[in-house]
Amino acid sequence: MWMSELPPFVPFFAAALLALVARGWLRAALMLATPVLGGLHLWFGVPAGTMLSVPLLDFELVLMRADRLSLLFGYLFHIAAFIAMVFALHVRERTQTVAGLLYAGSALGAVFAGDLITLFIFWELLAITSVFLIWARRTERALRAGQRYLIIQVTSGVLLLAGALVHYHQSGSLAFDYIGLESISGTLIFIAFGIKCAFPFLHNWLTDAYPEATPTGAVFLSAFTTKVAVYSLARGFPGTELLVYIGAVMTCFPIFYAVIENDLRRVLAYSMINQIGFMVCGVGIGTALALNGAVSHAFNDVIFKGLLFMSMGAVLYRTGKINGSDLGGLYKTMPKTALLCIVGASSISAFPLFSGFVSKSMVMTAMIEEGYDYLWLMLLFASAGVFHHAGIKIPYFAFFAHDSGIRTQEAPRNMLIAMSIAAVLCIFIGSQPQYLYGLLPWEVHYWPYDTTHVLAQLQLLFFSALAFVWLNKVGLYPPELPSVNIDAEWLYRRLLPAGIRATGKVLIPVRNGFSAAISRQINVLTTFLFRHHGPSGTMARTWPTGSMAIWVAVLLAVFVIAYYV
Amino acid sequence: MQQRDEKQYIFDKTENVNRLLRGFYVVCGTLFALDFIFHRHTSHGWEQLPGFYAIFGFVACVLLVLVAKEMRKVLMRKEDYYDVDE
Repeated sequence: MWMSELPPFVPFFAAALLALVARGWLRAALMLATPVLGGLHLWFGVPAGTMLSVPLLDFELVLMRADRLSLLFGYLFHIAAFIAMVFALHVRERTQTVAGLLYAGSALGAVFAGDLITLFIFWELLAITSVFLIWARRTERALRAGQRYLIIQVTSGVLLLAGALVHYHQSGSLAFDYIGLESISGTLIFIAFGIKCAFPFLHNWLTDAYPEATPTGAVFLSAFTTKVAVYSLARGFPGTELLVYIGAVMTCFPIFYAVIENDLRRVLAYSMINQIGFMVCGVGIGTALALNGAVSHAFNDVIFKGLLFMSMGAVLYRTGKINGSDLGGLYKTMPKTALLCIVGASSISAFPLFSGFVSKSMVMTAMIEEGYDYLWLMLLFASAGVFHHAGIKIPYFAFFAHDSGIRTQEAPRNMLIAMSIAAVLCIFIGSQPQYLYGLLPWEVHYWPYDTTHVLAQLQLLFFSALAFVWLNKVGLYPPELPSVNIDAEWLYRRLLPAGIRATGKVLIPVRNGFSAAISRQINVLTTFLFRHHGPSGTMARTWPTGSMAIWVAVLLAVFVIAYYV
Repeated sequence: MQQRDEKQYIFDKTENVNRLLRGFYVVCGTLFALDFIFHRHTSHGWEQLPGFYAIFGFVACVLLVLVAKEMRKVLMRKEDYYDVDE
């Protein structure tokens, strides 16, 4: 295996360099070949246990640490990068291609990083490369959202670096293994991961920035950043009980927002937090079954959430609209996109035979096995809710509902191919889960398909759908309205600027008054000085030499007299 | 934008929609009834209640939507809320 020690990010970074100069079919070939060749290399050429480290000053940077956990995410990111590249094949813009390649490479660099400094480097690269996928939208809103996104992401990196340095100081090691919450360094790193993982109150960068990205950019974004964070939590904080509670909150609160949100890609962003909540719960429970559930759900989520983002991206690309209040009836002109969207919706809702079912059920089972009864109820509530807002709302308001009158055309062929690949994977993993289970890092026997489980899930989902039908029939369902809903971001987008303005309103008069008083005093002083030292002042008068001689004589006389006396 | 002589699509006819809904109700009813036929291997007390998942799913979603609707009264702002100062 002469090449097995090639870190997986290297081909992506090299391809990004080439993509800077390549154009036309050559660039398209680069976009497609990189994830394919990189993925094949990883699959056939890199066994678990491969390590590569390079010395830097006194440290050893572990650029590659391949074990079953990092390899699973490695395979996943290659698949995700390939699908996203196919979806973005029509994009002529160089920035997006290069940013996409660098971003995917950074994600691979982060999951194969064996020490905290290497992790930090790729952590920050993730932020810097991905922001261009937002800015490429070239709107004022996207520019602003990208700036906020970048500030928050870089802050996360700074916290990670601070934590890593304290960790090194305390333990003398920079290895990225179990960290735990016992020390201050652990807390710092935990918060850094938490920001990227969209913990409650730290989550708004996601719902703020992803919907502002380009149609293709959002597909890349949905795949990498948050999943790197889930991987990092699974590596550094497995079995941290706090995560179970954080995860449970994450599954529940976004679904309320998703129900009343109008921008359908923002609905997906909220539902993404909901899905990450299940993974965070799994990491927090920390049993082999729960951890397998968490990482396999991350695996599936990248594909079905990618599929949903692609279908909404295709709608945005074709119609220029993405608000539920503007859309509807698109199944007439985009039937294939509608069907593929429904596959993604069924997968995220965890219908039996679709991919979400085989991974989410592991987390749910682990939860009840470990005795978290009430939290399990919360997760069950969130499972019903996710079907409601992502499973039904997304396809329904985009493709069915009232006819918006929009007549467009089917998505471009490359988009349809990309969505089809994702859809086939969703159904394949859902109906043949043994292949995914075979890749999972922890040894455990689990099989999701038994009568009890399938029946329970079907009842839950069908009666959730029944609730949707009933609420619509009796007119209780809230209509889609052009609006913004206040979330935690209000603190820094509204309260903070308003606070600064209010403080300014108080402080500026004080400062003005103060400086006026000072300048009055200075005026008085200068007038005084001018009177005495000015051109006509006493002290500035020119004295004839004679008078000086007289005064010297007088002084001398006084001195002589005084001496004599 | 809609053309007058446009072709009729499948859900333009209310009878098709109603047919779909009827099929859906039948499936719901069957699933509910199956609870009483199969013996379920439940690991938890709540799960043993007949129709637990069906009722939970229905109630959860109705609650979700009604609560979210109430949230709108507090949280909803104009679309350009963050774009304008004060």
